[in-house]
Amino acid sequence: MKSAVIVFPGSNCDRDVADALHAATGKPPVMAWHRDAGIPEVDLIVLPGGFSYGDYLRCGAMAAHSPVMREVSARAKKGVAVLGICNGFQILTEAQLLPEALLPNSNLQFICREVGLKVEAAKGAFTSHYQEGQTIRVPIAHRDGNYFADDATLDALEDSGHVAFRYCDDKGAVTQAANPNGSARNIAGVFNDRGNVLGLMPHPERAFDPATGRTDGRAMFDALIEALN
Amino acid sequence: MKARVHITLKKGVLDPQGKAIAHALASLGFAGVGDVRQGKYIELDVGGADEAKARAEVTAMCEKLLANTVIENYTVDIAK
Repeated sequence: MKSAVIVFPGSNCDRDVADALHAATGKPPVMAWHRDAGIPEVDLIVLPGGFSYGDYLRCGAMAAHSPVMREVSARAKKGVAVLGICNGFQILTEAQLLPEALLPNSNLQFICREVGLKVEAAKGAFTSHYQEGQTIRVPIAHRDGNYFADDATLDALEDSGHVAFRYCDDKGAVTQAANPNGSARNIAGVFNDRGNVLGLMPHPERAFDPATGRTDGRAMFDALIEALN
Repeated sequence: MKARVHITLKKGVLDPQGKAIAHALASLGFAGVGDVRQGKYIELDVGGADEAKARAEVTAMCEKLLANTVIENYTVDIAK
């Protein structure tokens, strides 16, 4: 599996995800700068976490219009796998590659801690190595992760199986108390219609190496390798 | 010409900052403040003398970048 990580000014998880990809695939990903108009042929494009363009205007708004995103958008429409983590998720919603929007956390605070996630959809290139309903623990680190959509859109997302992960408690119960940021229906990650684009606020690349704690994020990289090799 | 753009959250979109402002006002003793909604104000210098053209251009800017129309409304005022 060949992969590329897009680096924007203000990205700060690009190295973390590059290290995880390198360790998982045995080869380093291509690091593509935001001004690059082209990206080499790859099987997976990752938009990393961080604060692209200083979060000016809205999180992800400036990055969504950077030159490299035109290419990311074209590849996504061709079916190339695109993964947006944290700020990458925000960029994908601003670029309209994923539905709806992310608002400031309901408590207005930056939250950096581990959360419980319920795997809602174990399918496709990203999540097939999880079990549906499985509870995993992965860190979050964001101020604007409050997923917003109106009720009709949320119903449609649920009915079509486009919700990938929800925040849950230790027992796997999806409760208000387990919702760190106010996200609608505890949604932590969503797929696009075709299933080749996934955005999520939690950081699977920070739950990869036993040296930094849990390894619950590793199954996502293993699933990608199996699907895209 | 100057274009003045007001960007506000759509009805039904949570506004935690507005809520925090309402609480702060109440704790300062300002009674009777109901819902508070906050937003953004952007001022742009735009060239040309054609008001309709400027309005169309700034509206396009709002649609493309300045506002996220999934969650925000915007208004454009053009002042000579």
